Amino acid sequence: MKIHKSLWIAIGFVLVLSTVLAGCGGGGSNAGGQGKTLIYGRGADSPKLDPALVTDGESFRVTENVMETLVDYEKDSMDVRPALATKWETSDGGKTWTFHLRKDVKFHDGTDFNAEAVVFNFERWMNQEHKSGKKDDFTYYASMFGGFKGDEGHLIESVKAVDDYTVEFKLKEPQGPFLQNLAMSPFAIASPKAVKEDPGKFAQHPVGTGPFKFKSWKKGDSITIVKNEDYWQKGLPKLDQVIFKSIPDNSARLTALQSGDIDVMDGLNPDDAKTVEQNDKLQLFKRPPNNVGYLAFNMEEKPFDDKKVRQAINHAVNKEGLIKSFYADLAEPAKNPMPPSMWGYNDEIEPYEYNLEKAKKLLKEAGYEDGFEVEFYAMPEPRPYMPDGKKIAEYIQADLKKIGIKAKIVSPEWQSYLEATEEGKHDMALLGWTGDNGDPDNFLYVLLDKDNARIPAQNIAFYKSDKLHDILIKAQRETDKAKRTELYKEAQEIIREDAPWVPLVHATPPLAAQSYVKNYVPHPKGSDSLAEVDIQK
Amino acid sequence: MLIPVLIGMSIITFFIVHAIPGSPAKAILGERATPEAVERLEKSMGLNDPLYIQYFRYLGNILQGDLGTSVKTGRPVLEEIGPYLAATFELALFAMLIAIFFGVNLGIISAWRHNSTVDYGSMVIALIGVSMPVFWLGLMEQWIFAQELDWLPSNGRMDPRMFFEPITHFYFLDALIQGNFYALQDAFNHILLPAVALGTIPMAIIARMTRSSMLEVMRSDYIRTARAKGVGETLIIYKHALKNAFIPIVTVFGLQMGLLLGGAILTETIFSWPGVGRYLYDAIHSRDYAVVQSGILVVATIFVVINLIVDLLYAYIDPRIQYGKE
Repeated sequence: MKIHKSLWIAIGFVLVLSTVLAGCGGGGSNAGGQGKTLIYGRGADSPKLDPALVTDGESFRVTENVMETLVDYEKDSMDVRPALATKWETSDGGKTWTFHLRKDVKFHDGTDFNAEAVVFNFERWMNQEHKSGKKDDFTYYASMFGGFKGDEGHLIESVKAVDDYTVEFKLKEPQGPFLQNLAMSPFAIASPKAVKEDPGKFAQHPVGTGPFKFKSWKKGDSITIVKNEDYWQKGLPKLDQVIFKSIPDNSARLTALQSGDIDVMDGLNPDDAKTVEQNDKLQLFKRPPNNVGYLAFNMEEKPFDDKKVRQAINHAVNKEGLIKSFYADLAEPAKNPMPPSMWGYNDEIEPYEYNLEKAKKLLKEAGYEDGFEVEFYAMPEPRPYMPDGKKIAEYIQADLKKIGIKAKIVSPEWQSYLEATEEGKHDMALLGWTGDNGDPDNFLYVLLDKDNARIPAQNIAFYKSDKLHDILIKAQRETDKAKRTELYKEAQEIIREDAPWVPLVHATPPLAAQSYVKNYVPHPKGSDSLAEVDIQK
Repeated sequence: MLIPVLIGMSIITFFIVHAIPGSPAKAILGERATPEAVERLEKSMGLNDPLYIQYFRYLGNILQGDLGTSVKTGRPVLEEIGPYLAATFELALFAMLIAIFFGVNLGIISAWRHNSTVDYGSMVIALIGVSMPVFWLGLMEQWIFAQELDWLPSNGRMDPRMFFEPITHFYFLDALIQGNFYALQDAFNHILLPAVALGTIPMAIIARMTRSSMLEVMRSDYIRTARAKGVGETLIIYKHALKNAFIPIVTVFGLQMGLLLGGAILTETIFSWPGVGRYLYDAIHSRDYAVVQSGILVVATIFVVINLIVDLLYAYIDPRIQYGKE
């Protein structure tokens, strides 16, 4: 009897409560708002907010606006411009770099930004013993600067404060992409005071010099950053507050945008781009490509050791058709392994035309006129450069069949996929790459040099060309941009001829925003500075 | 009973998690990791030790109340999982209230007007409810109520602009404690759509369970007696019949509540609800062993506890059931 009664009382209470609450009216969505707030909808939460510790875009998206680097990329390209360092010079054949720092900058905790702070940060990253917490691994530092102090390949010999606002880097050997590397988000300068006080907490509460200050973090839900009133660039930022909100489902995120719950969204489904364009309350952005989606041949397996076979398949892939069918026209066909927006891109390269007859002829010349069977690895997960690996593989499979090649599509789960391809278990595989530092080296050397063809390989074509290797190494040691450009153009010719890949596309991932969002410039690197973004309703 | 079940759970989850192919060190460090970095991390995570040693180390830590540390975020699982659990619990509870209220009444109506249009109508609703995919229902709700009609927010637990510092992470409770009625109303608006989406299937199941169980009771002698005495129909149904029909309903409630706690991933994804389902899903994705193992263990514990409570409720509802006496 008792349970009966109390249950009904409980239900009755809820009903009354809901009626009362619902009666309060539906609106209320602007309660507690302060000034100009921008809500940025994105697919996932950030794992950590210490940029030096992470490699994922969702973390950089936030830290980019809280912390700054010595040099930065231009607003809309990957060219380098001054940021916390106003100017720099290089001497000793590119082995010594001297940076002159900005003098009017303070960290959000009120401490001064100076040469000591820069030295502290680099020391923190390069010293494994100097680690700021358990299990920390400064992954990007190791991968861009050849490991840590004491490692054989470690590039930076020393970082010294010459005076309060001058820092000198001594390198063991010249590194072509050095400046480009310093502009990367993971090398943003953290407040030494904040790191020293509680190294574990820094990743939860970053303190930098950027246009916005970290305010709060509701895990799995939202991160709030607020205007830095003392920002060194006067008049910026224009927004008072930015909230990064995690909305995992792409369609749900678009619904949230359409119903006005958020102001900007990343990760729009290419298919939804039309919907956004037709809605005059919304605007569509295309992020300039900094990526490449490709099909790699395993050159250690027959028949892909034969150049003619690789060239034949290059002739058998209809890139325009792929882009129409799977990218909703939000991509450019690729003819080189690096994106066209990058300096050093060789636009004179003649692409392999889509021509099945030519493909058949080449196969015949190679002695495979009856075709052959291969295993074709197709990515199980969407990536910006490859929205649907399996369907793209099926599309290519159909054309291959016409020239007598039977491709069996395999698509293991993502982690296994990456492991299988870097161990060379595939005959052909789809994969792609998003650039890190805006340097051609980051595409050509990383993905196609013989140094990276050792298991676990990033060069999953297992392409081992000594000729290419010499050029790429020469370009790495050179600091003169004009000379490097020439070297990279030559490299692209060699790659075109050897055809270790079918370069497929450079995708331009779409974003959408309310039309009252002004000055939003999607950056090729994938995370955008919001300092100049404004809301004008 | 509780202890062996949990030990079994811990063994199963541990070995399943470790059977998933793919190195967690690699998943954590991302595509940019150097092989040396991967090796270093694997070593520091103790992944090179034999599995059984890793298991006993894990068990030992649990017994000391240490659920491990998430390698992805670097924070202790025990500290991290709380807010996610609270979010899921709040959603599941709300969904369950909706499911019980509508389910029980729908079931009663169809049992009372057995074989009538009302009965068929209710059962069709129940059938649709069971068959409707949650993600579809969720997206439709968002489309209609958020986008087209603009009545309710489409995602999240609360307007992110709202200044609100959670204490217990049960937002309703927090809002009440702080006396913040704006927040309370906002939380209510936010929970409504996901709760309906999540509650639909249990609602349908409860409706069908209530109907069949009520039908049985309504045919029994004592109801006929009550009718003969001239007791009003409402009283007969809600007082005499429902109570005896309640045992199967409570069983379904217990099981469904457990399912809601663990199985709310779809709803949580569509409505961006920062709950434990998504937390675990993301952890599986990034091979965050500690989070997956401990997270599943925590959810399993709650499931077991809820069913224990349900068992105890039986005795409460039906005095004929007694535990510990033969």
